[in-house]
Amino acid sequence: MSTLILTLIIGLGLGALYFLVASGLSLIYGLMHVLNFAHGAFLTLSAFVGWAVAQAVGVTGWGGFLLSILVGAVVGAIFAALTELLLIRPLYERHIEQVLVTVGLSFAAVALFEGIWGTDPITIAGPPWLSRTTEVLGASIPNKYWVLIIAAGLVLAGLVLFLKKTRYGMIIRAGVENRAMVTALGIDVRRSFTLVFAIGGAAAGIGGVLAMHALTYVSAHMGSTLLIFAFIVTVVGGLGSLTGAAIASVLVAVMQQVANTYLGGTGDFIVVILLAVVLLVRPAGLMGKRA
Amino acid sequence: MRTTRFSRLLPFVVGAVVVVVLALLPMLNLSLPGILPGPTYTPGSLALMSLCMVFAALALSYNLLLGTAGMLSFGHALYFGAGAYGLGIVLEAAELPLVPGVFAALLGGIVIAVVTGAVAMRVNGIPFAMVTLAFAQAGSVLVRRNQAITGGEEGLGLNTDGVPDWLVGVVNTRNLYWISLAVVVLVYLIVLWVDRSRLGHLAAAARENDLRVRVLGLHPARAKLMVFVIAGLCASLAGIAYLLLQSGTQPSAVGADLTITVLVMVVLGGVGFRWGAIVGGVLYTILDQRLTVLARADGIQQLPDVLRVPLSEPLFILGVLFILVVMFLPGGIAGTVDAWMRRRRGTRDSGMQEGGALDALEQQIDRQAVAP
Repeated sequence: MSTLILTLIIGLGLGALYFLVASGLSLIYGLMHVLNFAHGAFLTLSAFVGWAVAQAVGVTGWGGFLLSILVGAVVGAIFAALTELLLIRPLYERHIEQVLVTVGLSFAAVALFEGIWGTDPITIAGPPWLSRTTEVLGASIPNKYWVLIIAAGLVLAGLVLFLKKTRYGMIIRAGVENRAMVTALGIDVRRSFTLVFAIGGAAAGIGGVLAMHALTYVSAHMGSTLLIFAFIVTVVGGLGSLTGAAIASVLVAVMQQVANTYLGGTGDFIVVILLAVVLLVRPAGLMGKRA
Repeated sequence: MRTTRFSRLLPFVVGAVVVVVLALLPMLNLSLPGILPGPTYTPGSLALMSLCMVFAALALSYNLLLGTAGMLSFGHALYFGAGAYGLGIVLEAAELPLVPGVFAALLGGIVIAVVTGAVAMRVNGIPFAMVTLAFAQAGSVLVRRNQAITGGEEGLGLNTDGVPDWLVGVVNTRNLYWISLAVVVLVYLIVLWVDRSRLGHLAAAARENDLRVRVLGLHPARAKLMVFVIAGLCASLAGIAYLLLQSGTQPSAVGADLTITVLVMVVLGGVGFRWGAIVGGVLYTILDQRLTVLARADGIQQLPDVLRVPLSEPLFILGVLFILVVMFLPGGIAGTVDAWMRRRRGTRDSGMQEGGALDALEQQIDRQAVAP
């Protein structure tokens, strides 16, 4: 019983991480039809900068922890906004080229990170509370997973509020649903593109710093590994659907953890099988629009 | 009429001359300072040129997928890896001789391509790219995890028991060079045949307008799957040559990074041009090797950090080069040269032009309808 609870909560924590990466990917794809391969690079840069900030302020204190998350979000947002303005915008509506440019960016960025921070993972020790455990129904849950779950919950709530209550949020939602219609109403959807990128970058940045604290290390390839699972999550959840991304993140991560615990470490494989099944049964994804 | 016949034969003549010259290189003593590490007959140079040809073959197979059928796959490395690991495993575990082993590896590549292709083709465009990426990643995970069979992170060494002696060792690099040349020529001929066949026309027409092809009463999905499988088969063949050439393979031969590398090669060379894919594959491989050497040069090492760090990362330079090509040279090398030649000749018609493949397909159908 305690193993099951541990597995489920770790799965939920991992799902929270996937959601932080996938939410931005899904929104960007929904609005702009751009598959952003550079999303992993946003995450990795934020993690490295967050690491540097935490080192400077003091790794074991909560101040350094919170500041590293905040700085990570800002770095992710700025990197993403610059990517949109400098690389995506000039290739307006040429979707394949836009994908290729983000591929090139992630290629170059990972190499540059390796050049600056080295190829070996850099370890970090966060606040001591993070590495302790909490008893829940007889299971000892590492505290870092609570932080991940709470952070993803806050980001989800913030995104939903933003999308439902603010004018820009409404334009983004309407744009995902029917961009031609929004344009016909006289609203320049393109202005919200940079915003969507910045939001996605900020979420990925938070994810990056939290992933660093959860894994207790950061490496140049951290983003690429997470990105692949984020892709699976967005396809399973339905491209462009935030709710879909949230549900699929939890589903994918929990299945992965359960399979890792009970089926002899086959988690990654089960996830790909899940992807294949979803594609065969519902090609548009769980919450996606019928194409 | 004579000029048209001549211009039709010209590519074949040029191709034959290039192949003959390449086949003779191991016997010659030519030096290309800055490009090859030594004279052309030395094993080091031959190994680099062989690697160029293996990647040119892989790029050709990817161009068939992306250029002809318009499918942006991020999982092409899976079939390359299937060839390399497939042969490595049958030689190691089943102890088959080389030739049956090669056929077993190719068969394995085909089976994987059919299954993954059929599932991935449930979606189109960008989702297709993501799904193929996930499949390749699953393959990479399988290779890394099953250490007993694949050697895990260490990679799999070539078991030379079943391999003829003339293909083993540094002394025989030139035999491997000829094998690589044969592979690239074979892949080129397969790709050429597909491009000229009805299958290729159908896939190309579906790339331009899927609906219009289906209105004609044809089944583009089946043709696209067929092209996908043939591209996978060619990639497996390249993978087999890679295993023999490197006398082993590493998990990176399956991963997403290799697919992205191939994508970079094809886009640099020019999507939709067979010779572009070859140029891209060769150029990328040489740049990757030479930039690594350059990074260690004193001139670079003495620069301040701001310049030294980016310049000593070959992949950073290649990534930036790739971004610049995508943004400012949309046709890649071959597309730019082709456009320049056309402008000089003053003609505007092109096989790659929008609607060109569709019209070709319709003409072909008309001819077949008229024929008794």
